[in-house]
Amino acid sequence: MNAPSPVIDIASQNARQKTSGDNSTAAFDVEKIRADFPILSQTVYGKPLVYLDNGASAQKPRQVIDSMSDIYETYYSNVHRGVHWTSQKSTEGFEAGRQKAAAFLNAASDNEVIFTRGATEAINLVAASWGRANLEAGDEIILSHMEHHSNIVPWQLLRQEKDIVIKVAPIDDDGNFMIGEYEKLLSDKTKMVAVTHVSNALGTIVAVKDVIRLAHAKGALVLLDGCQAVPHQAVDVQALGADFYVFSGHKLYGPTGIGVLWGREDILNAMPPYQGGGEMISSVTFEKTTFQKAPHRFEAGTPAIAEVIGLGAAIDYLGAIGLDNIAAHEHGVLQYATERLQAIDGLTIIGNAKEKAAIISFTLADVHAHDVGTFVDRAGVAVRVGHHCAQPVMDRFGVAATARASFGLYNTRAEVDALVDALEETRKFFG
Amino acid sequence: MFDDLRDLYQEVILDHGKNPRNFRRPENATCLAHGNNPVCGDTLVIYITLDDDGLITDAAFQGQGCAISVASASMMTDIVNGKTVDAAKRLFDGFHHMCTKDDFDMAELGDCDEDALERLVMLSGVKEFPIRVKCATLAWHTMQAAVSGDHDISTE
Repeated sequence: MNAPSPVIDIASQNARQKTSGDNSTAAFDVEKIRADFPILSQTVYGKPLVYLDNGASAQKPRQVIDSMSDIYETYYSNVHRGVHWTSQKSTEGFEAGRQKAAAFLNAASDNEVIFTRGATEAINLVAASWGRANLEAGDEIILSHMEHHSNIVPWQLLRQEKDIVIKVAPIDDDGNFMIGEYEKLLSDKTKMVAVTHVSNALGTIVAVKDVIRLAHAKGALVLLDGCQAVPHQAVDVQALGADFYVFSGHKLYGPTGIGVLWGREDILNAMPPYQGGGEMISSVTFEKTTFQKAPHRFEAGTPAIAEVIGLGAAIDYLGAIGLDNIAAHEHGVLQYATERLQAIDGLTIIGNAKEKAAIISFTLADVHAHDVGTFVDRAGVAVRVGHHCAQPVMDRFGVAATARASFGLYNTRAEVDALVDALEETRKFFG
Repeated sequence: MFDDLRDLYQEVILDHGKNPRNFRRPENATCLAHGNNPVCGDTLVIYITLDDDGLITDAAFQGQGCAISVASASMMTDIVNGKTVDAAKRLFDGFHHMCTKDDFDMAELGDCDEDALERLVMLSGVKEFPIRVKCATLAWHTMQAAVSGDHDISTE
């Protein structure tokens, strides 16, 4: 009864080429990178920590940790409101974080970067501000079948209020975004297409440039959820032609509590405020208040100052290594892990899209994902189990839950081997 | 590799997990409830048939979940069958204590089916795995909801 029906046929794989070690190249020294992450030298249950839950949240390099200690120990103050030295210094650091985030996405202007608590708040901001101001009953929004709950529920809340229509672009049995089916859903009533850039549950990389081109032809805007994309590949919002792009800092080796909403400046400046408070106003009287332009219009209250500094440090860190080098390294690990996992008797990979980021969801024979998670944990291996906040994806593939290994820039083939060994033992235990 | 997990995943639990008892949907159940653990995605439906005197004459379940939650549902339905609603609720109390408290003492529970509790002791290994306590108790929460007239129960 626990057995999920194997809905995906795994193509017969090539004979596995088992290579040990870390596949470092001249451009990418994974051991040097691992040394930057203090937590990677920890042991759990007496075994080296093998952290393969980067899709949920990534670990932090020393450079990020130090940048946050540094502001608290040497120059911390509130930003944008003090004439004293610490406030000026903190404001400089904070706004430098904005410049780094803007450059990271190749935004046209720093004013296009709004700091939020995370991608979830960023999407809620767009739904609440842009959505309330621009949508009428009967207007249509298109999502994909593999959205994270954070890119479903804010639109459903808006639907309750505005009586809009939500349409869902399907995915095929391999987890590919079905662009032809999506095109059929577009109409003159489509006002927003909100889709993931990379699926957190399946690893699918969506051809978002095509998604945007087709949406724009109908006059619809496009919001991309980039949470699982930005840690794995370089993103250029201008080249993509997107209207909104969101991501969370903590999945990008930065701190929690900080995320980015990027939006085109003309769109942002036409949007009403999201929350009211200090910092977002030009002038306040009890009769009338006028608002700042973006980004400050959308940043009411004291922001997450040290977190912005930490996010800036994470962006600097990734920039120094080079996202293309990271992508190449992770691709190698993904290929190796896919081959090794496929060779495990009874293991089914959920999500075999043509273009994938380094995320592998799987089921193991009739062992429930939660039991898999508990067992590999005892081998020191951290994987995510459950529905990955993407229940519609689980329903699509007829499974209640999967286990998911999601890789980051510091993961190695030796760590894949540790996962595979633990899974083999788990399978034996359950017979 | 997994010696320390053998306390949690004992043979009997694995057997109940793989071959659950009372895994069916009775035609004439008098009450049912849906149990949902949103963290793991476990879902159970518990079916209870009561006679006029409040005696449980049949208990069954359907759904899916991890080995621990399915084994617990299987054992729960076996154990409460033939008991009064009050006795079943007292057993849940005892079982809940067993799964969550270090100083569990069966003697303090008062009027409770001790043989049944002793059968349940093997599931109390979840105490060492706090995240799994909900797996072991979901079926019991759901049974209690069913006999109390609540139709949905979530462990969140």
